[in-house]
Amino acid sequence: MKFNKLSKAVVGGVALSAMLAGAAFADPAVIYDLGGKFDKSFNEAAYNGAVRWKEETGGNFLELELQNDAQREQALRRFASQGANPIVMAGFMWTAALEAVAPEFPDTNFVVIDTVVDQPNVQSIMFDEHTGSFLVGALAAMKSETGNVGFVGGMDVPLIHRFYCGYAYGARAVNPDIELQEAYTGTTPAAWNDPVTAGELAKAQMDAGADIVFAAAGGSGLGVLQAMADAGKYSIGVDSNQNHLHPGSVLTSMLKRVDNAVYTAFVEAGDDATFKPGRIDLGLADEGVGYALDENNADLITDEMQTEVEELKAGVIDGSIEVHDYYTDNACPL
Amino acid sequence: MSALRPLPRWADIALLPLLNLLLAFAVSGLVVLMIGQNPLLAMWAIVTGSFGNGFNIGYTLYYATNFVFTGLAVAVAAHASLFNIGGNGQAYIAGLGVAIVCLALDQTHWLLVAPLAMIAAAVFGGFWAFIPGYLQAKRGSHVVITTIMFNFIAAAIMVYMLNRVFKPANVMGPESRTFAPGGRLPKLGEFVPFLQHTPVNLSIFVAILALIAIYILIWHTKFGYALRALGHNPTASRYAGMSNSRIIMIVMAMSGALAGMVALNEVMGVQNRLVLDFVAEAGFVGIAVALMGRNHPIGIALAALLFGALYQGGNELQYVIQGLDRNMVVIIQALVILFTGAMEGLFRPGLQFTFMLLSPEQKAEAVARETASSES
Repeated sequence: MKFNKLSKAVVGGVALSAMLAGAAFADPAVIYDLGGKFDKSFNEAAYNGAVRWKEETGGNFLELELQNDAQREQALRRFASQGANPIVMAGFMWTAALEAVAPEFPDTNFVVIDTVVDQPNVQSIMFDEHTGSFLVGALAAMKSETGNVGFVGGMDVPLIHRFYCGYAYGARAVNPDIELQEAYTGTTPAAWNDPVTAGELAKAQMDAGADIVFAAAGGSGLGVLQAMADAGKYSIGVDSNQNHLHPGSVLTSMLKRVDNAVYTAFVEAGDDATFKPGRIDLGLADEGVGYALDENNADLITDEMQTEVEELKAGVIDGSIEVHDYYTDNACPL
Repeated sequence: MSALRPLPRWADIALLPLLNLLLAFAVSGLVVLMIGQNPLLAMWAIVTGSFGNGFNIGYTLYYATNFVFTGLAVAVAAHASLFNIGGNGQAYIAGLGVAIVCLALDQTHWLLVAPLAMIAAAVFGGFWAFIPGYLQAKRGSHVVITTIMFNFIAAAIMVYMLNRVFKPANVMGPESRTFAPGGRLPKLGEFVPFLQHTPVNLSIFVAILALIAIYILIWHTKFGYALRALGHNPTASRYAGMSNSRIIMIVMAMSGALAGMVALNEVMGVQNRLVLDFVAEAGFVGIAVALMGRNHPIGIALAALLFGALYQGGNELQYVIQGLDRNMVVIIQALVILFTGAMEGLFRPGLQFTFMLLSPEQKAEAVARETASSES
């Protein structure tokens, strides 16, 4: 009888795994980048978008947390051969892996955020990080009492320089004499998940006079927010709305609506009729980027500050204010 | 009390590891049960995930290829009683050699590039192990300490090289440009449709050749004899007129060269570009593979296949069962290592006793011995 039970359990397992494989057909998939799903920042924004889609449609989605840089192609192939459609991936490190895999699965639609892959079945979503950072830079300069603001980036890559450059332009737009500090947590993807180093960098910038630090560092940014809160000074969060993490200390957050991008991709990209391959840029005008205002930072941002930053925002949108885009020349001339 | 007789050879080589393996799986099943999942379903996911179809088999073989190289690297050193735990760093540095050859010559043909890349991998990987070998032989710095430290140095060097030297201007991440087709090792999927879309490539044949070559080297050559003599008793081998320090340096370089072949598989065969962390801890898995394979090529081949299956099956686990992920497989691997390596003697006394009871002659002999000792 014991044997019988065992074989039943095995058969049950087979049936269940077959069912799971069947249920997975044509479900959308999202792959989080290194740093982890719950980094309270970039990846978590992607997760939130997927969850919102699930709540609204009742559908099921597949997800994967990447463990290692070398496993990107395997993850893509696994989802694609399983029939997942579309496959959404967040992160600029996907370029080479996607270029290799996308032609192998011409019937699968891929959506990649933060990098451009030129394939007929790939949609590349880019955000105007520089304009969003411009606004939080302006807010930082208005709030700063020492006339010195800092920036702690994650991995030292052009994308994060783009954040910094917008931030610096914003700060200078409000106060042309403001002092700026710039630091990066590391040069490998581990820099997205190193809050200790990022916190130390923030402390060093405080020692050098900064009273507001902007963290554009994924999961590492939490260390910056903590260090600034401990010192009773202000920080600026990134990607997701991080105002609630340390109410009263997080001045605002530079929003990058990765959640909206993932949500839209889940809704549209699964169907070839609505799928739009090619490059899409999301900026201030279409709320792709922006600054966060909620009950947690309502006391920190006065009405005058808000009026002034809204003026700047309108100026950027209508083109009367030009924010330098680091991608155009890989330099940030201040 | 009579002394227990040693086990028959087949029981020592096959039965004991198998029992240890079963115990490891049983305990892993308990862990799965503890976190509220069905252990049979998890096992089934691992088995089908590693051998269920061509796609999975291809990935299993690809991982196994890496583990054969690192397992051999550890085993060769172990026969000379050197513990090379720097396989990761040696493979990583070897990637540099492979990438240089592939980037320079990828406009030619892979038939030309592959042997050169192999030589480059062996030279770079071998060099990275030769330094600790030299320090051990001439300065007495223990090779365990130096090889593991060299892993960190290798990681730092590679980050620097990828960021400052290999990274093209228009790429964000630390990686080299993708090699042209001339710099890519053909994948088996190109010849066998069964293995389509999988990374297993021609370097698996290099792994098989390496297994045979190492067998011949260790058991059928003069150098192999010297190496084993050193491993058994350095004083005796010195007394017999062998140069221990010379053997140590050569063995370490060979070990590093073998570990370096991982780069051939990963960089030229799979990724087709130099990426960060492409070794993915294969060097450490190699220690377990060598331990479980008793430092013998056949054992290493089987153990590498097992660990390849665990790796691939473990990857599949997270797609099949929500709530289980790769970390579960790390636990299973750790238990396999624990029971087959560190506690391999667990069943030995019991098994010896059983064998004694089951074999009439042995029993008779034991009885005779007992009576002889009690009479005298």
